[in-house]
Amino acid sequence: MKQCQSMQMNAPEKDLSTKSTVLKLASSPITSTRVRRRWGESFIYILLAASALVSVLTTLAIIFVLGKESLNFFSVVAPMEFFTGTRWVPLLDPASFGVLPLLWGTLAIAVGAGLIAIPVGLAAAIYLSEYATERVRLFLKPLLELLAGIPTIVYGYFALTFVTPLLQTWSDKVHVFNAVSAAIVVGIMVLPMIITLSDNALRAVPMELRQGAYALGATSLEVTSRVVVPAGFGSVMAAFLLAISRAIGETMAVTIAAGATPSLSLNMLDSIQTMTAYIVQVSLGDTPVGGIAYQTLFAVASLLFVITLLINLLAQWITKRYREQYEL
Amino acid sequence: MINAKNITSRRLQYRHYKAYLFSRFCAVLAWLGIALLAVLVYQIGADGWVWVDWQFLESFPSRFVEKAGIKSAIVGTVWLISLTAIISIPIGIASAIYLEEFAGNTMLRRIIDINIANLAGVPSIVYGIVGLALFVRALDLQRSLLAGALTMSLLILPVIIIASREAIRAVPVNIRHAAFALGATRWQTMWWHVLPMSLPGMLTGVILALSRAIGETAPLVMIGALTFVAFLPEGPGDQFTVLPIQIYNWVSRPQQEFHDLAAGAIIVLLVLLLFMNSIAIYLRYKFERLTR
Repeated sequence: MKQCQSMQMNAPEKDLSTKSTVLKLASSPITSTRVRRRWGESFIYILLAASALVSVLTTLAIIFVLGKESLNFFSVVAPMEFFTGTRWVPLLDPASFGVLPLLWGTLAIAVGAGLIAIPVGLAAAIYLSEYATERVRLFLKPLLELLAGIPTIVYGYFALTFVTPLLQTWSDKVHVFNAVSAAIVVGIMVLPMIITLSDNALRAVPMELRQGAYALGATSLEVTSRVVVPAGFGSVMAAFLLAISRAIGETMAVTIAAGATPSLSLNMLDSIQTMTAYIVQVSLGDTPVGGIAYQTLFAVASLLFVITLLINLLAQWITKRYREQYEL
Repeated sequence: MINAKNITSRRLQYRHYKAYLFSRFCAVLAWLGIALLAVLVYQIGADGWVWVDWQFLESFPSRFVEKAGIKSAIVGTVWLISLTAIISIPIGIASAIYLEEFAGNTMLRRIIDINIANLAGVPSIVYGIVGLALFVRALDLQRSLLAGALTMSLLILPVIIIASREAIRAVPVNIRHAAFALGATRWQTMWWHVLPMSLPGMLTGVILALSRAIGETAPLVMIGALTFVAFLPEGPGDQFTVLPIQIYNWVSRPQQEFHDLAAGAIIVLLVLLLFMNSIAIYLRYKFERLTR
């Protein structure tokens, strides 16, 4: 009852208040409401622009954080020693800060993953865009997207408990932690990404080009290899580069599967260490802030950041260049 | 192959045969790729499904395999993702609106464009290091949920911005013109017309970004999310663990039993991600019909 009463009490009041604002609006000159509205909107613009600036600040923060600690690191360790040294023993005495073993480990994983993922990925993309029926496409495309969302830690588990034991049945020289297993799972990991991006690139090639080639009597292989893939070359290359860049930045699968032994060894059945795996190893230990071991984190991360940035920029440049040429 | 009867020339027959082999080859490799990924999912299911029961979900991590569970990891994941969503969604969508509708073709916009494209390709562990130096140390948030959520927000912001911009761009220009013609301001047009229409598309991007954050391990290892947490976090300032960290902890032990526990936790993680991704794919399907 009380609620009803209060509602009845409130209702006329509300009416009055809206009426009064209507009156107020009507009596005031139109320009003033406009000015007020514009003032409110410009406040919104400022908020929106400020949000957009967050991403710029993120970049500045990355550069500042990595740069500052790396400078501290390079004031102790000569850049020459860091970039050309062949021993990476930063945590023990006598310490040695040659980053080449870590770089080699990263390179080995990225190249191995690329050797698996690029041929399979390109063939699968050709299948999806040129040969598969619409029903198969509608089934595979969402499936690939789901698979692309599998966390990298899962691939680490897969490498350690499935791929490595499988390799060990084939040869007893395979170490529990080895580069081959890590490269295989990272290759499988970037596969959905390569397939999706390359398929999009090939689908974007105009149908007229294919029809023209077929009209001249080309077979499907000739149309694919001499018309479609060359036409989509830029975007397909960009897809490969992005996948390689992701393989380089990949952390958990490599940490779990490849171990923590920085080495320049050519033996891929043995344990190696990548730049990312080193960063994880140090952060898991109790490293005192400000010490040289703490600073190696930032030096290695800077190198990782610069390498992936360069590859990404190259990918963007290739996409842009070939797209422009193509539209002419 | 279709016209095989009409083909008289051997050379032509050979060319078509090659094309046929090539098409089979591509198909086999495509299905092989899918099969590899299927083996992965099957293997995890076979290893871990016996562990997934009520007791597993209800217990804290433990040294004893039989008693171990993922309660603190699940609660930590829910906390982390909620905080990350609260921080990153408004900033991400606001950035997208600004860049698409208000920024014009200015120098600033082009810089931000390039910047976002490159941020999306920065390895997640680099975000972890920035989070460690900035949030954990400089802002002195310690190894708290808030520090983790801020780091994760930086990581997924580019993804949210890119997806939201695409959703805004997909809204037909006529809608805007009609609103302007009726005297709406730019913000009114945005708020009442463009935003509602692009919302499903934005949601798709947001869900995919958040599901990426759920699976990320490296940045949280960097900021030092504890691996053994036998309590539930009660606020943004508390220490925490999440599912991927718990999985990493179990995988890195040498005993087989803990690996199986990890498989159990992976199943829970994958089911969660599958659920979120299905919603995202469904929303996108709806969205495509809406804007067509």
